[in-house]
Amino acid sequence: MIAAVDGAARRLGILPGMTVTRARSLAPEIEVVDADPDGDLEGLRRLALWAGRLYSPVVAPDPPDGIWMDITGCAHLFEGEVPLLKDIMRRIAGSGMACQGAIADTAGCAHAVARFVPSRRPNIVEAGQTRKAMSILPVAALRIEPGVADELRRMGFERIEQLIAAPRAPLAKRFGRQLYKRLDQAMGQIPEPIDPIFPIDMPRVRRGLLEPVGTADAIAQVIGDLSADIAAVMTKSGIGARRLDLHFERVDGHRPAVRVGTAKPTRDVRHMTKLLSQKIETVDPGLGIEAMSLVASLVQPMGATQIGTTLQSDRRGPDLPSIVDTLANRFGARALYRAIPRESAMPEREVGVTPAMSAPATIAWADDLPRPARTIEPPERVDVMAALPDSPPAMFVWRGRRYRITQADGPERLHGEWWREAGHEADTPLAVRDYFQVETEKGGRYWLFRLGDGENPATGPMRWFIHGAFA
Amino acid sequence: MNQSAVLADLRERIALIEGACARHPALPFGIEAIDRHLPAGGITTGALHEVAGSPELADDAAATVFLAGILARCEGPVFWCLRWRDLFAPALHLAGLDPDRVIYVEAGSDTNVLIAMEECLRHAGLGGVVGELKKTTLTASRRLQLAAEQSGVPAFVFRRAAPIDDVASGTAALTRWRVTAAPSEQLGIPSLGRPRWQLELERARGGDPQLWTVEACDETGRIGLLPDVAHGPRQAEDRHAA
Repeated sequence: MIAAVDGAARRLGILPGMTVTRARSLAPEIEVVDADPDGDLEGLRRLALWAGRLYSPVVAPDPPDGIWMDITGCAHLFEGEVPLLKDIMRRIAGSGMACQGAIADTAGCAHAVARFVPSRRPNIVEAGQTRKAMSILPVAALRIEPGVADELRRMGFERIEQLIAAPRAPLAKRFGRQLYKRLDQAMGQIPEPIDPIFPIDMPRVRRGLLEPVGTADAIAQVIGDLSADIAAVMTKSGIGARRLDLHFERVDGHRPAVRVGTAKPTRDVRHMTKLLSQKIETVDPGLGIEAMSLVASLVQPMGATQIGTTLQSDRRGPDLPSIVDTLANRFGARALYRAIPRESAMPEREVGVTPAMSAPATIAWADDLPRPARTIEPPERVDVMAALPDSPPAMFVWRGRRYRITQADGPERLHGEWWREAGHEADTPLAVRDYFQVETEKGGRYWLFRLGDGENPATGPMRWFIHGAFA
Repeated sequence: MNQSAVLADLRERIALIEGACARHPALPFGIEAIDRHLPAGGITTGALHEVAGSPELADDAAATVFLAGILARCEGPVFWCLRWRDLFAPALHLAGLDPDRVIYVEAGSDTNVLIAMEECLRHAGLGGVVGELKKTTLTASRRLQLAAEQSGVPAFVFRRAAPIDDVASGTAALTRWRVTAAPSEQLGIPSLGRPRWQLELERARGGDPQLWTVEACDETGRIGLLPDVAHGPRQAEDRHAA
């Protein structure tokens, strides 16, 4: 019996559920591999853990072929939900697997849309649109037994909207409570929390609470205790946390979680407590939280450190990791960076971006080339008047304003990077730019360039652009 | 006791009452004509300062380099909070500010820039904190001033594209500067001399508004003064406007 087929086999007409003999009669050259459900499950688990590392602390495998993720509060780090899902799908597709993904208000709805709306692109069900999205899907999308779905179809129930409209009692009697439980879960009428899996071997501490707590102060207190617990665990094994996931177990079964990252491995109790406490306001405690657990989901070796002695002077450098982590957890790690020199012929690529806590740069920008303090990216077209084609400009018009030029310096000739793909108009591989530093009558200094060398049309159309302003 | 000594004494007492500039050292420009007009003899660390250019991009660029020059002479890492990314780092390097010292925070909005600045200002030992803003309020500037006073870190609010005739809103900043480009010396050859700025001290707590024409930062972040074009104190009505 065939359990699963790939795309090529499907095109040959081989479907799951056929016997191998029948499939061989259709295409004798097919390759048959024994099904390995346990291996598949393990693979799914690994995939879920991978997604947990990259995207969100709350992940769970959804056998046989899916994974759940709760991306509440994670999407802003990827500049939105769509880019996040795109990123997941791109990476999974890159590893050779076919995948479909969906984001929705409820787990059930996301499950249905991901499987029953065939599309290679992310499917997003906007907040509040769950009912609309579900009603047009077939009843089989409800995570019910295939037999139940078949029978419903025989009774004339094609779509979920018909099921919603039909009286409940008779159907519930016939098919059991499971059918309506799934329907209500998908509609968000009864909660369906995701039960997250944790990477094994990672430091993990948990505190159950005698009384459910709901206030920020009480939660902060528990965070402090958990941080101390996990610091003790990490000290023993000589590691520090690069990322911490804090899971809350709510009385009503929901399992919200928050994640913070650090730029350098840490096991400083105060630092960890502070980072986690800043996230309290993003967690809805509901009717109360009855347990919390803290997982160091990414760790790095960290040697023993000497703690301060009284002999040390009071004058110490600022606690940079602490500032960087606090800001990165608020604005996203990508919002924090240092500028480093890069080898490039084009000014717009001379500046690279490196994480705030990385090592100092090894090369430096040239000291003698004039570079503007503010750039206009991409360069904007300006109209220029020059006395002679090769002389510096005498006047330019930018954004509808005329600037009379009193003095100029140039040209500095820059050649395009022929090894790159063409970018915008002034950034073609063969472009030649002649840069002039010009001073207007008020004293403002601007950076203009002429695109093209005047001989070879491929170098540019001899148009003028403004690229920035100097001090 | 002569009159100036009495005045100096009074100023010091008032400064103590205001709780500012007494405890933190100041960073002089190294130019007597400018430093003597500043309450503490320079840019006070542990205080908030405001810097603006004008809606002209070249003036904002001048203000950027002016700031970079001040920070180049401070010690310690610098946080530069941006709303959008148009700052070109090599220019800071040319003004003597080591790029490895600067950490940029792309906060995206005025509110976020203020949040980021206040967070940075809680930590002692930084070289400085810059926030690029469109608008600021009296309350926001008070919070920043308090935070800077606590940590001893100089804070700079850079008002981007601030109109020249802006009816200045109240601010708790110790000094407010406006930097605009000024025509440089005509060299008579197709080349450019050292850029010049019109440097305007629009407001200083315990000081008078001033106006200078200066030569832009050199590679160590120092500005130079042109003695022949230095102006005296501004008119009284300007002061009321500021």
